[in-house]
This record gives sequence, C-alpha cells and structure tokens, in this order.
Amino acid sequence: MHRIFHRIEQIAGNVIMVQADDVAYGELAEVSSPKNSSLAQVIRLERGRVYLQVFGGGRGVATNAKIRFLGHGVRMHFSDSLLGRIFTGGGLPRDKGPALTDALIEVAGPPVNPVKRVVPTRMVRTGIPMIDVFNTLVESQKLPIFSSAGEPYNLLLARIAMQAEVDVIVLAGMGLKHDDYLFFRDMLEEHGALSRAVLFIHTAADPTVECLLAPDIALAVAEAFALKGRRVLCLLTDMTNFCDALKEIANTMEQIPSTRGYPGDLYSQLASRYEKAVDFHGAGSLTVLTVTTMPGDDVTHPVPDNTGYITEGQFYLKGGRIEPFGSLSRLKQLVNDKTRKDHRTVMNVMIQLYAEAREAKEKQAMGFRMNAWDRKLLTYARLFETEMMDLSVNLPLEDALDRGWSILARSFDRQETAIPSALIEEFWPA
Amino acid sequence: MQHSDNIGRIMGVGGNLVTVEFDLPVVQNEVAYVRLEEQGRHVGLKAEVIRVRGRYADVQVFEPTHGLCVGDKVAFTGELLSVELGPGLLGQVFDGLQNPLDAIAAEHGFFLARGSYYRPLDAQRRWDFTPCARPGERLRAGMPVGHVPEAIFRHAIMVPYGLKGWCTLVSLVEEGAYTIDEVVAVVLDEDRREHEIRLTQHWPVKIPITAYAERLRPTQPMTTKIRIIDTYNPVALGGVYCIPGPFGAGKTVLQQITSRHADVDVVVVAACGERAGEVVETIRTFPELEDPRTGRSLMERTIIICNTSSMPVASREASVYTAVTLAEHYRQMGLKVLLLADSTSRWAQALREMSGRLEEIPGEEAFPAYLESVVAAFYERGGVMRLHTGETGSVTIGGTVSPAGGNFEEPVTQATLKVVGAFLGLSRARSDARRYPAIDPLDSWSHYDGVVDPAQVAEARRLLAQGFEVKQMMQVVGDEGTSLEDYFLYLKAEFLDAVYLQQDAFDPVDGATDADRQRRVFGLVSEILAMDFTMQDKDAAKRFFLALTQTFLDFNRIPMDDEKFEDMERSIRTRCKEAARDA
Ligand SMILES: Nc1ncnc2c1ncn2[C@@H]1O[C@H](COP(=O)(O)OP(=O)(O)OP(=O)(O)O)[C@@H](O)[C@H]1O
Ligand SMILES: [Mg+2]
Repeated sequence: MHRIFHRIEQIAGNVIMVQADDVAYGELAEVSSPKNSSLAQVIRLERGRVYLQVFGGGRGVATNAKIRFLGHGVRMHFSDSLLGRIFTGGGLPRDKGPALTDALIEVAGPPVNPVKRVVPTRMVRTGIPMIDVFNTLVESQKLPIFSSAGEPYNLLLARIAMQAEVDVIVLAGMGLKHDDYLFFRDMLEEHGALSRAVLFIHTAADPTVECLLAPDIALAVAEAFALKGRRVLCLLTDMTNFCDALKEIANTMEQIPSTRGYPGDLYSQLASRYEKAVDFHGAGSLTVLTVTTMPGDDVTHPVPDNTGYITEGQFYLKGGRIEPFGSLSRLKQLVNDKTRKDHRTVMNVMIQLYAEAREAKEKQAMGFRMNAWDRKLLTYARLFETEMMDLSVNLPLEDALDRGWSILARSFDRQETAIPSALIEEFWPA
Repeated sequence: MQHSDNIGRIMGVGGNLVTVEFDLPVVQNEVAYVRLEEQGRHVGLKAEVIRVRGRYADVQVFEPTHGLCVGDKVAFTGELLSVELGPGLLGQVFDGLQNPLDAIAAEHGFFLARGSYYRPLDAQRRWDFTPCARPGERLRAGMPVGHVPEAIFRHAIMVPYGLKGWCTLVSLVEEGAYTIDEVVAVVLDEDRREHEIRLTQHWPVKIPITAYAERLRPTQPMTTKIRIIDTYNPVALGGVYCIPGPFGAGKTVLQQITSRHADVDVVVVAACGERAGEVVETIRTFPELEDPRTGRSLMERTIIICNTSSMPVASREASVYTAVTLAEHYRQMGLKVLLLADSTSRWAQALREMSGRLEEIPGEEAFPAYLESVVAAFYERGGVMRLHTGETGSVTIGGTVSPAGGNFEEPVTQATLKVVGAFLGLSRARSDARRYPAIDPLDSWSHYDGVVDPAQVAEARRLLAQGFEVKQMMQVVGDEGTSLEDYFLYLKAEFLDAVYLQQDAFDPVDGATDADRQRRVFGLVSEILAMDFTMQDKDAAKRFFLALTQTFLDFNRIPMDDEKFEDMERSIRTRCKEAARDA
C-alpha cells in the first residue's frame, strides 16, 4: 500500500516536514515536485508531523509536492551483476548500465555479534614498504589515511587497491572531485580491476544527503560480498566530507553541536561505519580503508580525532610520504611474526635509527657540531628516505626487507645497529 | 515479552528517544517494551523511562528504532532496569543489558537481532548447594544461607539485597543439587512477611548494593605487576583510578595487561563503546591463558560486558552499570573484584547524545550539566566493605578516558579527576617514543599506598623531574653547555625510566613484576641513583650508563628464582660501586 500526502508545511535546508500518519521511522518516501523528484527518509516523527531528509536536497521542492511513502528503508540491489558498475551516492546508475531493482538488501543493517568475529591473521600485501614492512595492513582491518588537503591521498588509496590481492573492491566517493572520480575509474580499468569493482560516486556537485548514503550503501554491498565468502576491500574517500554532511544535517535539525559545530554523536556515527570491517568466522572478510583529510593539517580536529579513537591505526601521509612516526597499524603484530624471521627486527631497528637520525638533523639545523655517528645517521636518513619512504618505491615485502639490510649496511658497521648477532650473520650483506 | 496491563502509545520518535502517551501511572526509570512487528516476528524493544512530562513519558530505546510508528503500543513493566545475580556469571560474555552473546549467536548467526533477549543464567543447570545457616537464625540482607561452587569460589546464596532490616530463617533445604529457580530457603521479615530465596536474585543496575556493615578506607595495594603503577602510582584494593590518554597511547593494552595480572579474585571487563576486535582478542585468548595463582583458565575468573561502538548507544550507557552491579555481587561474597571500564568517555557521550535529544540545557562541550554527579556516583560504587559476615570484599574500578584531541582539559577527564584516588595519565610524547607503558611519570599521581618505601619513591621522583629538566635544557644549549653534574642527573633519570618505569609487556618475565621483586629491584635502582660516579667526561659517563642499561634490561628478563638472578644483581651492584666514589 502506498500512501500519498501533499501538503509540505516546512522546508529548511534539506529537511521537509509534512503532516501524515501511519509513517514508520526510517521509512523512505518519494518526493515529486513539478520540476524534480527525489527520495527522502523519515528522520523524526512528532505526533502527526513527519520530518524527512530529502536526498536530492531541499532546492526545488514545491510545497505542493507529492509525497509517496514506500513502506521500507534504504535498500540496494545485491548480486554479482554489481561488479563493473558505477552508481551515484544514492545507488542509481551513473554508467549506462541498467537500473537494478530486484534482489534488495537492507542498507545500514544490524551490527555483527562480537562473538562471531575471529582474530584476523592474514596480511594484505600492498608493495609499499612503508606499509608492508613498518605498518603491515591486515585483512579485516579498518584504517584511514590521515592527510592534509594537497597530498596525493587518492593516488595512494588507488595504488593499495590495485596491488591488494582481494576478490572485490567497493569504492565510495564522498564529495569527490569529478577528476578524481575519472582517475579512479580509469585506473581500475587500466589494471583490469574494474570487472571486480563496484563504485558509488558522490561528487562535490551532487546533493549533500547522497554523501551520507554513499558509504552506507557501499558498506552494505561490501558486507554482502563478504558474507558470500569473498575477500572485500572497501575504500571510502573522503570521510571528512561525510562528517561535514552530518554536521550540515544536524545543524538543520537544530541539534546542539559538541565541538566545532559537529554533532555529539559523531563518534557513534563514524564507529557504526568503520565497525563494519570484519573477518567472518566461516565466510569472507571486509577490510575498510579510508581517506580522512585533516582541516588545517590538525590531527586534533574532531574528524581525525574521533576517527583515531575508532580505527585500528592510521597511515599518516605527509610531504608525499607515509610518515613513519605518526603512522600505526595496531594489528601488525598479528601477522608480522609469520612473514620472515627478520621482519620485526628490521622494522624496529630501522625506525629507531631513523628517530636518532631525525635528532641528528635537528642538531645540524641548530648549528651544533656533527660527530662521526651523526654523519652516519645523516647518510642513513637520506638512503632511507629515497629508497624506502618514497611513494614511487614498489617492492614485494621480501625485497623491501633485503633493501632495508642494504641501506643499513651502506650506512653503518655491522656491530653498530644493535641487531641480534644471529640475524646479522644470516642477513647482513657481504 | 513481558505481559503488562499498562499500555501507552507512541507520540514521537527521534533517534532512540521515543515519546509515549500513557494513561496509568508510570515509574521513572522503569523498563518498557516498544512493540514492533519485524519480518513476521512480534518483538518488544527494551526501553527505559528517562523523563516524564504530563501524560508523556520519554523513553530511551536500547535498540535501533526504525520501523516504529506513531500510535504503536508500548508496554510498561513497572520494573527498574535490572540484572540477574547468581551462579554461572563467571566466564560469560554479555551485552550491556546482560544478554549472553553466545545465545544470540546460536539463534541469529552473524548479526545481532533487535528485540531478542535471553536469560543470562542457565535455568537447567543444577548446582551443588551446601547450607550454612540454621532455621531460626537471624539474618540480614546480603548474609549467606548457603553456597554453591562456581569456578574456584564458593558462590554465596544470600538473603536478597533488597530485604529491609532483620529476618528469621524459617526453612532451608538439605545439601543437594538445585537449579537457580528452585527455592532453597524461606525467611520471615520484620513485618512477618515471607520471602523465598533462590540461587538467583534481581537487582536494579543504577542502585548500588548496600547490604554491608560499613565502608572502610582502601589501604591495601592491589598489585598489577606493572612497576610504574605499583611502585610509582599505586592503586588500592577498593580504590578507583582513571587512565586518560589520546588515541593509540596504550589505554586498552594497559587494561588488558591489568586484567591478566592484577592480584584480585574476579575481573569484570566492561568494553564500553570501543572496538569489537579488542574484545574478540580477550574472548579468544583468555580461555587459553592460565591464571598463575590458580592454574585454571583466566576466563573462569572473568566476566565480559561487551557493548562495542557499533552496538546501540543507550545500552552502552547501561553497560557500565550492569558491569558494576555484577562486580558488587561478587564483592558481597568477600571477594576482591576489579572492574575495568574502557572507555568511560563513550559512556559519557551516550549521556550527551540522550541529553541532546531531550533538549536539556547543555554544559561544556554539550555534555549535560549533571555529568559530574553521574561520574562521581559511578566511581562511588567502588570501595572496600566490611560485610555483615565480618569478611571484607572490595570493588576496585579503573576507567579509561578518551579526551577529545588528547587534551585533559575537557569535561569528562576533569569530572573524573575530581573523584578518583589515582590518575594514570598517558602521554602522546611517551607513546610516540615507544616508552611503554606510556604513563607520564611526572604528571600522574596517586593517593594510595604502594608496595615500596614511599621515601625511596619520593627521592626517585625528585631525581626524575630534575633529570628530565636537564634533558629539556640540553635541547636548547646542546651537550656542550651542560655541566657534568647536570649530565649525570640526566643519565640517571633516563636509566630509571629505561630499566624500571618502562616495561616490556610482551616479555613473560619483564611483563609482570610482583611486589617482592619490585621492592628488591627498586632498592637496587635507588642505590645506583644515589651513587656519586667518578667518570670525568660525558662520553665516558654515557657509555657507562648505556652498558649498564643494557645489562639491567637483561636482568629484568631473568626470573627471580633463577640462579642467575642473584649473580647478576651482585655484579650490577659491584660494577656500579667500582665506578663510584665512596659515600
Ligand atoms: N605496553 C605496550 N607495549 C607495547 N606496545 C604497546 C603498549 N601499549 C600500547 N602499545 C601499542 O600501541 C597501540 C595502541 O594501544 P591501545 O590500543 O592500547 O591504545 P588506546 O589508548 O586504547 O587507543 P584508543 O583510545 O584509540 O582505543 C597498540 O596496538 C600497540 O601497538
Ligand atoms: Mg583503546
């Protein structure tokens, strides 16, 4: 039964209010004005008053618009025919393919029961030494790239996606520049990865509310693939745009903001998305990799701050490199003891020495005298930065570890690195 | 769903706040069920009345509310939000409302299903009951009439906590096996009303259990085997402490280590609004880990209350109360209970979300004005109590705080600092430098007594502050501009930090230092710190301390009962004495 109502009593921002009864909280409605039409979702019920958030935005909505309630919440088609397709943030075709209206799954479904999760054990290889060696990505991890505005974060995201050995890639773009959308599409195509990818693209020109939908639809689809036993990588860029859209809606609804205008439930909102990352006991897995741009390059800004409290570490992109100090993979210890026996040692020693090298650099900058050890450290820092940290370096983990040994051997004597003798014997280059 | 004659109607829905019109009286904080039909299944979503205005009750629903309509029915139960207390709680994993997650998984598979509630305790299982009272005996609430074995404990079966005044035991069953629902005793209260006693009872989570004789001052240390806590910033049994810190600084790891090593009988872990993955690690590893004191699995002394960040926010708020109520129950048996809540900020945020929906006047950072009193009331539930039996039992509470931006000048940290007896502040600088545990040794404090001589600790603290000050100065003036005397202070402070305050959580020996070893090793460290070394230049001094640190770290990895322990202790002492002037 479709119920139709006509009189809109209030339009504010993207939220409209209509008098209607027998409407369910969270239900979808179709709002048709003479010039345009859009889906909308019920976000508040107050006696006979129904508040709806219009996905297409409030602009152009007429007070005599026809509002038809659909009797269900947000849904999305799910089947293998999604693969290779490109949709809008709201789940409508953006490519020339057919609309998919059958085999629907609920978007924003219930959380996974914690006792049905397993402790993750598989490494995701990316070919990027700063990740594979120093902050190993683990299947089912949730991890953002923290980045300031000008950094090549989408490039990094795309590279990881291309190299990761996963069955399905689901990409949600939020407030994406059109160029970046084309970049992702072409990159997937060139690498022959489009046929195992699904894209949900909300561009900066599209209505704000669709920005909120894109990650939910993408995660619902990704989760459904994972339940079918696939290893899924879900990419969400840029989560800061998503948070800004949340802020906009909250302000329209006159909610009291907590910090810098963001709603008090920002943490819960982000967590319910990130926590979709999972390794299912007896099915597939879902890894969630996102971009969080930091306004003003400030990690204490509410978006990166709340994100850091939720995710399992972060890759910190700075000056075109993955920063070794701010970056952290909290799950790395679950896998890096099973790769190669020198992995953990190389990881620890190289970072400790690089930290010392940084102090030497500061000392140099302050005009203090450089001793012999300082000079070795400076050589080391230069080699480390150009041969390891540079984003263009692309090596399998084993080769990256070998290169690590080579850098150490070219910078230091074998007894200067505090590496256990047994490993020195086996790995130190002749 | 419970039957009820008191039915209201939904008038409004916004998030998990539902406004209900009612006709018969309702009780503030009573439980109500919001009726909903989902996929052909009639369910009732559990909710709690949190405000009443005129004929309207605002209820917070402990589940997602999509699908609810104006006019839908709401059944009021007249009961406050309660938990069931009885044998069989240990070793279980519950959600914030005490639903056993395993039972939900058995029925619904991978996902949580709203409106599905299960009994926390096994009603089929029979427990071997041994009576310990005699008919005619005078008893009070919280006094045992018998007990059943649970894990390594005797789970006391007590006169219900809510019973007022003295009562007389009328009858008691014989020793034997009983289910939790069988009546094992009957008492007569002062008004000559009869009360049946079963192996279980219910208690409202937001009301502290007060069936004890008196509160005592927490004086005995609770050893955690973490040196920077036990020696430097100790926690007392029955004390309350907090661990604020920015993300990734090591709060959760610290809680996990504490839950393994703390010298207590029962640990209640409240995973409140944090990552599911972290709880999974505990759920999967604890059954395999051995409790060194008992030889049994760690899980047998642990209860996990798990309301992770993607689970409903309102039950997150309830979860800390559920956890503390279970803790109080085991305290009533004369046990030492530790409650670890990670993170209390998520609980405070749940309060904030609800307060916002209620359109209350917001305080700082939109937290409700009553935040402080709510936080204080929660920590007040910790304590060491003398029970009516003469035994003592304690609830120690350790809560992590996740301050926005890592800045402690924020409402939740500040409200918490006012009520705790120890503050273990984690610093970003220390965790970045991988100095774990990243508890800031200068900023943190404790009002409790520790395991080593306080005078020794005070001396070490002073030296540490001075040494770190020199270190800061050196960054400005360089090594050249620092006197040799100051340089020694700096080296000693770094030494103390490296070999004593930092601890390798992953090493089986270094990771857990008991009180005896702390006293002994701290004695040695103090001796060294007091020495007047003879090295004439900084390089020589630095070399000496680097080598000493290396040896000491090896020493930290040798068990105290190993024969090498004393040799090494002696050689360290000799080596230092040889490098120092006679005092
Ligand atoms: N004592 C320790 N020893 C070694 N590593 C540690 C220690 N404490 C923390 N770490 C490292 O830091 C990471 C983050 O620690 P943890 O998860 O405890 O942080 P947290 O303070 O709980 O962060 P959040 O607020 O985001 O939950 C761990 O995954 C681990 O790699
Ligand atoms: Mg944590």
